[in-house]
Amino acid sequence: MTTPEPIVQVQNLRKVYDEKTALADVSLAVKRGEIVGLLGANGAGKTTLIHILLGLLKPTSGTVLIFGKDLEHHRISILERCNFSSAYIHLPHNLKVWENLLVFAKLYQVKNARKKIDHLLDSFEVSHLRNNRTGYLSSGEQTRVNLCKALINDPDLLLLDEPTASLDPDIADKVRKLIKRVQEERNMTILYTSHNMRDVEELCDRVLFLHKGNITAEGSPQEIMDRFKQQSLEDVFINIARGGDVEEEEKHELPSG
Amino acid sequence: MNFHRVSGLLLRYVFLYSRTPFRMLDLTFWPLMDLLVWGFMTMYMMRIQTKVAPFLSFLIGAIIFWNILYRAQQAVTVSFLEDIWSQNLLNVFVAPVRLTEFIAATYIMGFVQSMIVVVLMSLTALFAYHYNVAMLPLSLGVLSVNLLLLGWTLGMMTTALIIRWGHSAEALAWAVPFLIQPISAVFYPVSIFPSWLQPISLALPSTYVFEGMRQVLHGSPLTATQIVIPFALNALYMFMAGLVFNRMYNIARDKGLLAKVAS
Repeated sequence: MTTPEPIVQVQNLRKVYDEKTALADVSLAVKRGEIVGLLGANGAGKTTLIHILLGLLKPTSGTVLIFGKDLEHHRISILERCNFSSAYIHLPHNLKVWENLLVFAKLYQVKNARKKIDHLLDSFEVSHLRNNRTGYLSSGEQTRVNLCKALINDPDLLLLDEPTASLDPDIADKVRKLIKRVQEERNMTILYTSHNMRDVEELCDRVLFLHKGNITAEGSPQEIMDRFKQQSLEDVFINIARGGDVEEEEKHELPSG
Repeated sequence: MNFHRVSGLLLRYVFLYSRTPFRMLDLTFWPLMDLLVWGFMTMYMMRIQTKVAPFLSFLIGAIIFWNILYRAQQAVTVSFLEDIWSQNLLNVFVAPVRLTEFIAATYIMGFVQSMIVVVLMSLTALFAYHYNVAMLPLSLGVLSVNLLLLGWTLGMMTTALIIRWGHSAEALAWAVPFLIQPISAVFYPVSIFPSWLQPISLALPSTYVFEGMRQVLHGSPLTATQIVIPFALNALYMFMAGLVFNRMYNIARDKGLLAKVAS
């Protein structure tokens, strides 16, 4: 029996801006249907990695294969099967919700676009906002509309950059549950960055910790907490972000190869 | 080129303009003000000194024609800036949209906006000054296509500079057309320039259009060479602008500038 090809395969990825190394040497593989959390302090290299995976940034060296295709040479066909949502990127605020979604439905060449839009708005419980201007929505509503946009093409790979940032705990919980439900329905692969450890513990099958451009720890949230002898991912995060003893401990305890 | 995606980008601009009355105002207000101020000024000059009578035709024609170039350049550049201002640029660049499709959509917007302005100004000129643009010869219409092409090229160059240098280069969106206006012989003939400046002026496709317009209004027909040269120059400049745009885009991808300019 052969192992299914990973959805994302990154080999020896390196990104250097002038003198600064953003990614030192990153290799990773993400399987179909996995939700992988990408964690790390500010400047650890998460955004650089996400932007490389989206083709917004050229790596200095290394290879990126998505759906088994080289990203640099098949960017458009890969992006047709991907989507992205970030708390820091907005849809044009003057356009109504349905207008924004219709535009992206056209860009992704979605068939039966209006039906798809209605279905997504229903799923994320924002149907009543379809004729509202996007800029007048609350943060929680905007996040849900952004997620509708991110799912407009039924992506096989979804990249989410801090989707619950700036949401109150109630809305964040709803958003997490919606993401989980949609992911299970479609067996979607999700790469998820967040500073909210609750998000990661609840959603992610596997976690990658980035520190100074390297992956310093990898495993399920529980495995990582056990390995680092910490009660929560937040404590692991703090220890890794401060770079000290735990990282060394981790290196000794990781099985070789 | 996927026309479905181009139509998606165009739909976005249509929604944006229909939702933002100030954008429509910008499209119509300034060209009309130009036409009214300079038109009435010329009528006043005609009243005090009849010798300048043909100048009315030159000036109104020049103002209308100049707006073809200006609006085409503005539409290309401001369409890109709209995505920056609304922090939507990354959503577009992570969608499966080719650069050629993105540029094609802005070119179509440039064409549409130029046509709206030309029709509006032509009607105003007809009613205010009895100046009928439709009476101009077809050859001049063909020649004026060069202004649209040059506007597109300048728009692409400006966008490339904004991609490379970010927000600090935004002012170029409004400045670039006026860099070439003084040497495009818009309101005066090339012969006015000192001899060293004339070849520079003649390297611009726009100069041939305005020189041709004055020639036609004087009653002399255009020659084939006068029509072919600006098209050849435009083809060359558009090709070079394409190379520059591609280069700047690659630099932006290398240095991570796309995300910076988008935020």
